[in-house]
Amino acid sequence: MNHKNTLSYTIPYILWLGLFVIAPVILLIIQSFGNINGHFTLNNYVTYFSSGTYLRMTFNSIFFAFIVTAMTLLISYPMAYIMSRLKHAQFWLLLVILPTWVNLLLKAYAFIGLFSKTGTINEFLSLIGFAPHQMMFTNMSFLIVAAYIEIPFMIMPIFNSLVELDRSYINAARDLGATQWQTLVKVIFPLSTGGVKAGIQAVFIPTLSLFMITRLIGGNRVITLGTAIEEHFLVTQNWGMGSTIGVVLIVAMILTMMLTRDRKKKGGKHGK
Amino acid sequence: MAQPIIEFKHVAKQYDDNVVLKSVDLEIEAGKFYTLLGPSGSGKTTILRLIAGFLEATSGDILFEGQKINDLPPEKRRVNTVFQNYALFPNMNVFENVAFGMSIKGKGKSEIKAKVTEMLGLVKLSGLEDREISELSGGQQQRVAIARALANDPEVLLLDEPLSALDYKLRKEMQYELREIQKRLGITFIFVTHDQEEALAMSDWIFVTNEGEIVQNGTPVDIYDAPINHFVADFIGESNILPGVMRKDYLVAFAGKEFENVDGGMRPNEQVEVVLRPEDLDLVSADEGKLIVTIDDQSFRGDYYEITAHDDDQNEWQIQATNPAIIGERRGLFFDPEDIHIMRLNESEEDFDARMEEYDDTEEEGTMNES
Repeated sequence: MNHKNTLSYTIPYILWLGLFVIAPVILLIIQSFGNINGHFTLNNYVTYFSSGTYLRMTFNSIFFAFIVTAMTLLISYPMAYIMSRLKHAQFWLLLVILPTWVNLLLKAYAFIGLFSKTGTINEFLSLIGFAPHQMMFTNMSFLIVAAYIEIPFMIMPIFNSLVELDRSYINAARDLGATQWQTLVKVIFPLSTGGVKAGIQAVFIPTLSLFMITRLIGGNRVITLGTAIEEHFLVTQNWGMGSTIGVVLIVAMILTMMLTRDRKKKGGKHGK
Repeated sequence: MAQPIIEFKHVAKQYDDNVVLKSVDLEIEAGKFYTLLGPSGSGKTTILRLIAGFLEATSGDILFEGQKINDLPPEKRRVNTVFQNYALFPNMNVFENVAFGMSIKGKGKSEIKAKVTEMLGLVKLSGLEDREISELSGGQQQRVAIARALANDPEVLLLDEPLSALDYKLRKEMQYELREIQKRLGITFIFVTHDQEEALAMSDWIFVTNEGEIVQNGTPVDIYDAPINHFVADFIGESNILPGVMRKDYLVAFAGKEFENVDGGMRPNEQVEVVLRPEDLDLVSADEGKLIVTIDDQSFRGDYYEITAHDDDQNEWQIQATNPAIIGERRGLFFDPEDIHIMRLNESEEDFDARMEEYDDTEEEGTMNES
């Protein structure tokens, strides 16, 4: 009886998973083996792995996602650490989360207003005597906006892992003679790597396939895999090639998950 | 007297309106085993954290070897702590945990290795260097925590209810071992517990805390035999506490009769509380007893029977006896004058000590009779 009940409860979820996760992935894989006329072929993969353009694009995607992740981590860890120590920590966290409620495109347009030739920053620069700079459509502007958008997703898991950290570990480290800095490096950081890994997953994977920002802010100078997929599906109508790139992205995501998953440390590693 | 290693002068601690410690004075001498004993929320752990440096005193001075250390950060204090939940670093193995303090100080590899080996030997964990913390039992983690703290050669070791998570047998064993370690190393231990049995068994000197104050301090025997007030008498050991009247020196009235005793120094006919320990009471035949009681109940406790009874004034009595009694039977209750301990209401610790000095010096020797 119990078993039947559980089954009937899980049916909606199984249906959901089947319709919106498993079926699309299967379709994607099937289509990645089809040419423009829908016939079976391995050509898409051959093209992908033999073409310099696609490989460069892959490298670019990974490279930019890596830089964005590193930037957000560098900014987010100290910020999450300070926030976790503040009196009204939950209030500050809310301030960090707030921007994520605003639509991504709106935020992108806001940055255009800031970065454009007649934008706020250039106006300020000319006020103190600098000539206006070209800031839109540069790699830097893309990196800044992408990092800005991803920062809350990095801060949240790190913040949580720091808040959950038992204070007695910190007391113990200080008690044993560690300064605040040594405590941070030797105890707090190693014990919050779970949050850091979760943050990396939450930032790196979506950044791999960012595409609207690359166009609006990066001016399509940075062509990531996300952009390529969009072009193939909507412009060149080569669904097979688009699906192939999609499969590559999925594989990249699985790899990232595997690299950042929690592993049990085995055996001693101190030098004897 | 030698200079105390740690001294509190009117130390108080409060959070906003919440006073957790009211003006505490205490002196800790080097090389002894001290216990801070009290119920939870009595301020004992606060005192420990003030010594360790995890908390700052709201007012008052904390001295270490005569030097004020109020503002000294914990890493600069020559004390180490064994935490209640052990707080062993889960990202390090046993060796790395014990070596933590020394590697922070930049000691040499061979020196660290020798010290870790020595410390693990001291707590009987030799050979477990490579174990992960999660692979250890609670008792083993406890030992690692002690080794980690002692590896820093502290002048004073602070222990924050370290045995509370262990089962009864293991706790007994660790009590004995901690006492051994303290004697062997000759350093000062300050042990926090709410377990009076533990405190009595281990300590050279006990501070009893309640509601943010030290209510009494003394040797385990002093505190057990001569509790200063109702709280201490009730908290430490089992006791029969009755209202009484001190007729004159060495004569007290309670339970409707007058008894000879060994206390004095009070006003004639002063209202007092009378303490009689259950193990000091003997059940005898009705005509030999100083009081007549009716047995209500008894329970077998292994090495003795815990018997409850009431006298003709309906006072409840707890008696520990080696022989069983018969429920409903009327028996005599016998005790010696030295078994009667008198507590004045609201007496300060200084007045109490002065009075004990003058009148009560026979009591320490007087409680040896067995029931």
